Amino acid sequence: MLDKELRSMIGKVKDGRMDRRAFIKRMAAVGLTAPLANQILALGGIAMAEGPQVYKPTKRGGGGALRLLWWQGPTLLNPHFATGTKDQDGSRLFYEPLACWDPDGNMKLVLAAEIPSIQNGGLAADGKSVTWKLKPGVKWHDGKPFTADDVVFNWEYAKDPATSALTIATYREITVEKVDDLTVRILFNKPTPFWADAFVGAPNTIIPKHLFADYKGSKSREAPTNLSPVGTGPYKFVEFKPGDLVRGQLNPDYHMPNRPYFDTVEMKGGGDAVSAARAVIQTGEYDFGWNIQVEDDVLLRLEKGGKGKTVYAVGGDTEFIALNFTDPNTEVDGERSSMKTKHPLFSDPAVRKALSMLVDRESVKKAIYGRAGRTTANFLNGPEKFVSKNTSWEFSVEKASKILDDAGWKPGADGIREKDGKKLKIVYQTSINGPRQKTQAIVKQACQKAGIDVELKSVVASVFFSSDVANPDTYAHFYADIEMFQIPLSQPDPSQHMRRYLSINVATKENKWQGTNFPRWVNKDYDAAIEAAESEMDPVKRAAYYIKANDLMFQDTVFIPVQHRLKVEAAANNLRPIISGWANETDNLHDWYREE
Amino acid sequence: MSKYVLRRLLIAIPSLLGISVVLFVVLALAPGDPFSELATNPNVPPEVQAALRAKFGLDDPIYLRYLHWLNAMLHGDWGFSFVSRMDVDTLILQRLPATLYVIGSAQILALLIAIPVGVYAATKPYSLFDQIANTFAFIGFSLPTFFTGLLFILIFSVTLDWLPFVYSTDIKATGIRWVLEMIRQAIMPVAVLGLFQAASMTRFVRSAMLDVIRLDYVTTARAKGLGQATVIVKHVMRNAMIPVVTLIALQIPAVFGGAIVTEQIFRIPGIGSLLISSILSNDTPVVMAVTFVFACLVVLFNLIADVLYGWLDPRISLR
Repeated sequence: MLDKELRSMIGKVKDGRMDRRAFIKRMAAVGLTAPLANQILALGGIAMAEGPQVYKPTKRGGGGALRLLWWQGPTLLNPHFATGTKDQDGSRLFYEPLACWDPDGNMKLVLAAEIPSIQNGGLAADGKSVTWKLKPGVKWHDGKPFTADDVVFNWEYAKDPATSALTIATYREITVEKVDDLTVRILFNKPTPFWADAFVGAPNTIIPKHLFADYKGSKSREAPTNLSPVGTGPYKFVEFKPGDLVRGQLNPDYHMPNRPYFDTVEMKGGGDAVSAARAVIQTGEYDFGWNIQVEDDVLLRLEKGGKGKTVYAVGGDTEFIALNFTDPNTEVDGERSSMKTKHPLFSDPAVRKALSMLVDRESVKKAIYGRAGRTTANFLNGPEKFVSKNTSWEFSVEKASKILDDAGWKPGADGIREKDGKKLKIVYQTSINGPRQKTQAIVKQACQKAGIDVELKSVVASVFFSSDVANPDTYAHFYADIEMFQIPLSQPDPSQHMRRYLSINVATKENKWQGTNFPRWVNKDYDAAIEAAESEMDPVKRAAYYIKANDLMFQDTVFIPVQHRLKVEAAANNLRPIISGWANETDNLHDWYREE
Repeated sequence: MSKYVLRRLLIAIPSLLGISVVLFVVLALAPGDPFSELATNPNVPPEVQAALRAKFGLDDPIYLRYLHWLNAMLHGDWGFSFVSRMDVDTLILQRLPATLYVIGSAQILALLIAIPVGVYAATKPYSLFDQIANTFAFIGFSLPTFFTGLLFILIFSVTLDWLPFVYSTDIKATGIRWVLEMIRQAIMPVAVLGLFQAASMTRFVRSAMLDVIRLDYVTTARAKGLGQATVIVKHVMRNAMIPVVTLIALQIPAVFGGAIVTEQIFRIPGIGSLLISSILSNDTPVVMAVTFVFACLVVLFNLIADVLYGWLDPRISLR
């Protein structure tokens, strides 16, 4: 599309005829501004810039205590074993990655000395390797120097299946080699356009070799340092009580100047989101509350008290309704929703289209998500560069009814539409969660008006999201007609996210429902687009492939996007937290400070 | 006596075994999966999840898993938490002090209220004081702790801003200030639990006193010219306390149960909140251990109640 123009612009930036900010502005104008706009420049031969620095304190320490409230407290402090973001958040207080993500999705240096680019030789032109230079003089909390050996060790540790590290997927297909004491090279076995996964961000922080070397493989769980981390981070470990408390104190030898600002940090766990919001916004007992998924009405009321406020960060999380392309009510070879069946109602595209017109996204935003949601027609909502501009949505009971009328679905005596003896009756499942049940009610109401009978089903979250093969109520079994939830987009790149829906990844009894394509949607064009994107080094073309993939999903109504959800946090009025929609909440903690 | 205790302890073994079988089977049959959080994390491939399940033996048949658990338990190994990847006994020991402190204080508070109020109300039945005490007792045990807890938070933390509602285990003070802070933050949870306990206990003390106060020997004592105080304290209370002691002993495990909700509301890092978070994350070994501890407590306090009974009332012989 804008291939040529973009290239000339990149050239201009290179020669200094255009400044970086202007470039990003132009990209924004054509819908390409992005966390990855900078990666475009990096691949075009321009070094990726660090985001603007707004850090004000001029000396280390003196900020007193930082009190964080995580209503689900960390239960372990080894980033390689982190089962959820809460554990990554806790580990990130002490451990650090080579680089992290700032609120705009720009890369920000932590343990690396410079951001790899083609220009500085860090990035191979074929996309098959990346070389990181490490910051010299960094010390672990016990005084030992941080070197390339530590980085290589993390790769060896995580890729060993016996360690049972949850980061294995990041590390098993790459090779990491030491170039010298302060340089490591990552080799990929195929061109990798998004190279910033390993060792980047809170999920991929680095643990010290000298303390974990004896506990690699099956002995991994015996390591005493699993519970008392020794890292390179701004805070030194003091105390850990799983699920309850993590405590740290200022690291006087921290490798960044004037940081950290706070003398101590405390992360308290337990309770629930509403009372956490209360403790931060209303009574001010805590400085920061994590993941405040609370109805906007409640938050607005609390904010009137005035000790704190809510903070939002835009990422790419989409709450969606997935449509089942197989028949959940017919059993074939001991499995429902089998690939050998077709959904009796949804095999008619008109029904799918009508259904998407019956989801009143604006009302859902108004009544439920408020400031924490945005309406969208797309399944893929970020980074900005990958967001399609070719789609639109509307809510109209009349139009939906007309589509159904035209397709031959006529209302029966009971008001429910039917065709060839098949009634428009569907089961709509989701996990138990206040906003989700309210959304269900809004959708059900509209469907009723259009002559579709909707039966609502709510499953306890611990079951819905479980991988229990024997339980038919998991989202992966998908023994319902439609289901609603969200899958977090955990890095500023859609590759992992979009890969899930390849035809080969269909969830079946055979693969114990571990296949990630739960709508069981099969589309050759989609497969081709994703595969092409995964080896495409040209960032513009690559983005175009993902946009095409999103549009294919839109045309087939595989997903009905309900809401583009923002991260919601609560912070004391004078606290200046740096929160990125592309990273964990604690990923930028070293830059937090308090306005005097 | 010691023979009796020994016999009771031996009888406890099969009942604990039975309890453990039931608990284990129920937990194994319960839906959910400790690695469910991984399912929606696009970074974690499903094979990793499957490998973890296999590693922690989640795919073995139930009876095998039970035998493993029992064998480990007999060797003093309480199990290994899936979620925290640490030993369950350390996890429980970490949480015990907070629970004991809060529950202990609540129980003492309950006794301090229930006994004087109950005794005094019984000496003047249907007086104004008795009526008021009764009314409050009814209100007290009709209101569930999660309701009074929230009410207290709204009044004392949010509106008046007197007390903190997040319980903290690391108070940054030493000496007398530390003690004061510990007391200050425990006021609300202890009051919520203690008042709830006190309400039902007051009713019980009162009726136990009333039963005894009408007996002939009390009249005899009065006829001998003893003062009201001596009669009540020395003659009536001693006998009336026998059923009260039993009740208190039997109620202790129930108090642990009641504390679960209170701990959650005030974020007290006790055994109860450990149980709740473990249930929510399907951390079966921890749930199993905590519920088993509760089961042991019930059995133990039953035994203690029986022994105390015999000690307080020599007419009851233990055989």
